Amino acid sequence: MLMQLTEIWNYLIVILLMMIGLFLVISRTNLVKKLVGLSIFQTSVFLFYITLGKVAGGTAPILTETADTIYSNPLPHVLILTAIVVGVATTALGLALILRINEAFGSIEEDEILAVKIEASATETLNTDTSPAPAKPKKSGDSV
Amino acid sequence: MMTPETALLVGILAPLVVAVLTPFLAVRNLWRDAAGPLGGVVTFVAALHVALAVRAGETPRLFVAQIADGLAIEFAVTPLGAIFGLVASGLWILAALYSVGYMRGNHEKHQTRFAAFYAVAVHAAMAIAWSGNLLVLFVFYEILTFSTYPLVTHKESQAARDAGRLYMSILVGTSIVLLLPAVVWVWMATGDLAFRSGGILAGAIDPQMVPFLLALFAFGVGKAALMPMHRWLPAAMVAPTPVSALLHAVAVVKAGVFTILTVVVYVFGLDFLTGTGASSWLVWLASFTILASSFVAITKDDIKARLAYSTISQLSYIVLGAAIATSIAAQGAALHIVMHAAGKITLFFCAGAIYVQTHLTKISELDGQGRDMPWVFAAFFIGALSIIGIPPAGGSWSKFMLMVGAVDAELYIVLAVLGLSSLLNIYYLLEPLSRGFFRPKVKMVVVESHPLVVIPPVVTALLSLFLFFYVDLFADLAAMMVTP
Amino acid sequence: MAAIIMSNLPALVVVVPLLLAPIAAVTAAPRFAWMIALVGVASAFVAALLLQSLTTTMGRISYHLGNWEPPWGIEFVVDSATSLTLVVMSGLAFLATLYARGSLAAEINHKDLGKCYAAWLLACGGLFGLVTTGDAFNLFVFLEISALSSVILISMGAGTDRRALTAGFNYLIIGAVGATFYVIGVGFIYALTGTLNIADLAVRLGEIGGGAALYTGFGFMIAGILVKAAVFPVHVWLPAAYGYAPSAVSSLLAAIATKAALYILARLLFTLFAGVPAITDLALTYVIVPLSIAGIFGGTLMAIYEKDIKLLLAHSSVAQIGYIALGFGLASKASVAASFIHIGNHALIKGGLFMAVGGFVAALGRRATLNSITGIGRRMPITASAFFLCGLSLAGLPLTAGFVSKLYLVRAILSQDAYVIAALVLVSSALSIVYLWKIVEVMWMQPAPANAPHLDENPAIYAPLWIVGIANIWFGVDAGWLVAAARAAAAAVMGGGL
Repeated sequence: MLMQLTEIWNYLIVILLMMIGLFLVISRTNLVKKLVGLSIFQTSVFLFYITLGKVAGGTAPILTETADTIYSNPLPHVLILTAIVVGVATTALGLALILRINEAFGSIEEDEILAVKIEASATETLNTDTSPAPAKPKKSGDSV
Repeated sequence: MMTPETALLVGILAPLVVAVLTPFLAVRNLWRDAAGPLGGVVTFVAALHVALAVRAGETPRLFVAQIADGLAIEFAVTPLGAIFGLVASGLWILAALYSVGYMRGNHEKHQTRFAAFYAVAVHAAMAIAWSGNLLVLFVFYEILTFSTYPLVTHKESQAARDAGRLYMSILVGTSIVLLLPAVVWVWMATGDLAFRSGGILAGAIDPQMVPFLLALFAFGVGKAALMPMHRWLPAAMVAPTPVSALLHAVAVVKAGVFTILTVVVYVFGLDFLTGTGASSWLVWLASFTILASSFVAITKDDIKARLAYSTISQLSYIVLGAAIATSIAAQGAALHIVMHAAGKITLFFCAGAIYVQTHLTKISELDGQGRDMPWVFAAFFIGALSIIGIPPAGGSWSKFMLMVGAVDAELYIVLAVLGLSSLLNIYYLLEPLSRGFFRPKVKMVVVESHPLVVIPPVVTALLSLFLFFYVDLFADLAAMMVTP
Repeated sequence: MAAIIMSNLPALVVVVPLLLAPIAAVTAAPRFAWMIALVGVASAFVAALLLQSLTTTMGRISYHLGNWEPPWGIEFVVDSATSLTLVVMSGLAFLATLYARGSLAAEINHKDLGKCYAAWLLACGGLFGLVTTGDAFNLFVFLEISALSSVILISMGAGTDRRALTAGFNYLIIGAVGATFYVIGVGFIYALTGTLNIADLAVRLGEIGGGAALYTGFGFMIAGILVKAAVFPVHVWLPAAYGYAPSAVSSLLAAIATKAALYILARLLFTLFAGVPAITDLALTYVIVPLSIAGIFGGTLMAIYEKDIKLLLAHSSVAQIGYIALGFGLASKASVAASFIHIGNHALIKGGLFMAVGGFVAALGRRATLNSITGIGRRMPITASAFFLCGLSLAGLPLTAGFVSKLYLVRAILSQDAYVIAALVLVSSALSIVYLWKIVEVMWMQPAPANAPHLDENPAIYAPLWIVGIANIWFGVDAGWLVAAARAAAAAVMGGGL
């Protein structure tokens, strides 16, 4: 049983990271933490692909001089490079949005943002007022 | 002169042209107000041409567009369609004149909008009358609903808006949820939606399913006001009376019963229905509607409300004739479209004339007023005779044929229903007259005379008498309808 | 020259908008940026039309990117279904771009317009590529290109309403999760078969026939695409996203973005996994059909209670997506054809409706809600009547495009004897009149506010709007081309071949 587990422990890590990432995305109200969760979720997928590509006894898929070298499958590596780029772009875009949200709503906590929206929707203009909102005073014990 | 095909095109387009021109003509009230009656004359002449051509055995056709496989926009005049076309266009002339008098007499607002949508509604009715297949009929049926909405909500009061919502909910709801699947069902069963003598469904559909398909049509055509889809009619009384006259005599309700009769004769086929016995449930439902609405009519003091329930009752006469589905009953139903139209429009014209001239709306207030408005009350009397079915008013013909049709089908209970209904009609229609002439006045009102609201009811009353003697054109067309 | 263009059409549809995007980004003058966007989208539209005519004669066109043979290289595949979807998408994108000139100028900061048009081109190029590609991972790449650029476009709405920012962020997160699910699924089927080419996958998965890995991969891929297609219950990003985006963006995305994802859904279910009917039949009957019906009613009911017009239209979109998904879920040639018809018609309907609302917003200078557009029927008759026309099409009134879709969908459902589903579809259709009529009542039956200023109607806005409006009538009266193309599309998708 333990032997089998050690054979597949890469996949177990993948599942663990996937679940942690999804949990963070869903449960955290802080927008940055959501983004972190998304990143972890995407990283688990990277690990998944790389693990798929590993050939038993294979080395890095870079051509060497010696014949009869066993290489790991390069295709998943390529796919993951693409996915990493996508992940970087997503994170960058997400962070830019968080900056703008902070400017507009004065907070990056979902519940606070919602409160601001509800308060403002009483008079439509406040939500459509796009000048930077005054920064909310930091709560004590606020962890970022 | 005009070929039947040109007449077909003119008859359908003329009301639409009037509708489009009305906002531009509105620079002068006179021009705008003349457009309706003039358009009505043009349309009626075209409809007469078409009807005479159909009586001579032709079938004027007009193809417009092909939507996709088996679905085409085309017009083709059946004998029944010719009848309805004559009714719609002929009565439009009078209704247009009347509405001018009424709207001016009441100083109503938005007369241009009113006149424009009135014309669109008549256009839709003509298109329904002369539709070449079920799809075109459905299309213009919906257009009729939407174009009459601004008319029903004309007064823009909260009551008008609520009535409008009920109107749309029932009519659009029934047409989408019940009528549309019925049309699709026919399309799937036969691959075709055209109207043919003898029907297209025989052999294409399992006989056990026929009652259900018929039910989808009967309840899906909300405009026929078959119970329980009748609530919109009394609610729509909140509209100005020319609208009620239009709704209850000319366009909307007649379009409803025309649809049912057309479907019964040209889609199901009379023999197919009698052979499968699929319409017997409808006979009972129609009979129930006739009696129930007559009883309700008796309890109504508001003139228009009483007339509304009377209309529901009379519409079910036509549905009854369609459901009995024998040759004579169907002809009686077709004739009743004409006779009821003439009679009911007279009654509504009178109700509106009373309102314009005295601002009275309740029957209990009418005591003794007959002497001050003799022409109006006399016209009311003739219209009532037609509805009750007493000679020499035209309605006697159609009622007679319906009774014969019932005997033909050995449905003697239906005879009793028709008889009882006539008695009830006598009571609730002659009551306003007896009050008007034989009782002392309870309300002192000044009668402002407006000729334009008095002349049309007198004309339509005379028409009801005329139709008793000169019913040939319609009777011939009705007979052609049932011969293959 | 012409021969080079013709032989590279599948690539040009995608590449031209993508290449023009950075040029638009660095263009200072908004007018030129708009023209670049128009050129990009127009050329894609022309290419799509050419492809459509080619597929009717040649059938399936396979384009090898970089001249690498599939399945080692990436191929672009265009068959009847692809070309119909491309024509619809590029056509609506073209009209939306025409419209954007007037509308975006009213809603977005002048200096941001260049970058907005760049994102516009990226989104269009990405969506066209999504539909055209024949490689499963390439699909993910285009999915993300279109998603990220859509997020940018949506967030541009912050110029008028800051809630666009959170809407964009939510879409980013939910969309990224969905796309990642898709990638996980691709990983599983790659592990099983060693190939990423869709046609090749179909063959090899058919040989494998089943197994936990295949089912898991299937589940993840479908779940990911359902998120993108905004099928209930993972549609939650859509109302806010389309509601707060700039009107031209809502018009564009509502018309083409979800359609592309729905097309991919059909391709996955009927082409890629065609050889594994065990799992696809299960998914279709027990997942797609119930979810689509839930979406239809959920969307319609939310729309009935919604006061903000753009949010209302977005909820209505969820319902309409439900109709399309239902057609796919019923999995007969007739129902799939009906779905393709509705893909075309709904793009016209929703595109037109959002354009009209954008006209209201541009003139009013504030959000269009049931309170703010009272009496606008008389103040802005041209725009309001176009709105009414497209609204009638949405409700499925005869002689409009929406009626044709509904007719064919109901017929397809009835021919499968699914009477309950047909009844549900008809009831929901009747319900959609309720919210349409609320808006109509407010526009015409209620008086304008007391000191209402005179409203100008911008021809740059209502001209493209009326083109779409007339198209709604045109395709309602002459639906022959669309019906035939949809039938060919259904045959191509369900014939099992890519």
